[in-house]
Amino acid sequence: MAKIKPRVKAPKKAAVGEIIEIKTLISHPMESGQRKDSKTGERIPRKIINKFVATFEGEEVVSADLHPAVSANPYIRFEMKVPGPGELRFAWTDDDGSVYETSSKIAIA
Amino acid sequence: LAALPAGALRAAEHADVEAAIAAFAGGAPVKEGGVEVEAPEIAENGNTVPISVAAEGAEAILILAAGNPNPDVATFHFGKLAVPAASTRIRLAGTQDVIAVAKFADGSFGRAARTVKVTIGGCGG
Repeated sequence: MAKIKPRVKAPKKAAVGEIIEIKTLISHPMESGQRKDSKTGERIPRKIINKFVATFEGEEVVSADLHPAVSANPYIRFEMKVPGPGELRFAWTDDDGSVYETSSKIAIA
Repeated sequence: LAALPAGALRAAEHADVEAAIAAFAGGAPVKEGGVEVEAPEIAENGNTVPISVAAEGAEAILILAAGNPNPDVATFHFGKLAVPAASTRIRLAGTQDVIAVAKFADGSFGRAARTVKVTIGGCGG
């Protein structure tokens, strides 16, 4: 299977109180459990990212419960108000229990 | 399923969606409006349809696709630092309504829908 790789695009610098845009993407097939193997006719078991959480200095900013109707390589874009300098942490939880993480620091301009 | 008349199928879709909304709202009344759903009018590829939802003052937004095998798409929860809006990409099995339901901080709920015409469905294989 293709390597699962989380990616985040967030500004490195912002002003206090500024609203910033954060784009996230994780390479993942999001196997819906609806598809059948074209050779064997057997249903391909579901395996998706079912949870996404973004925190800033430990405080939850945005979280999402995801279902198989979310496209492969799930993309999530959101906005937040910067309270000060700190670190954004992102975590994606897979059906198999794996958690994929990345982070991004924001400095005050 | 193919043997069912079209009307019955629509009703079944409807029941699933209304059940999901009622579960999200905990039985509270859900008003029309207060939430925005942005989606293309026509999506050529149902495998990846860009959508955006936004609701001023919302704590959470539920997204449903009325015509998918399972209407659940995603639920976003917004903390105090977040702007209550999000964008993602979703799968749509065919032409259908995408529904957003917002939960507001005061415990009220609002809903809105947008119809997306899908040329190639996103649940094949």
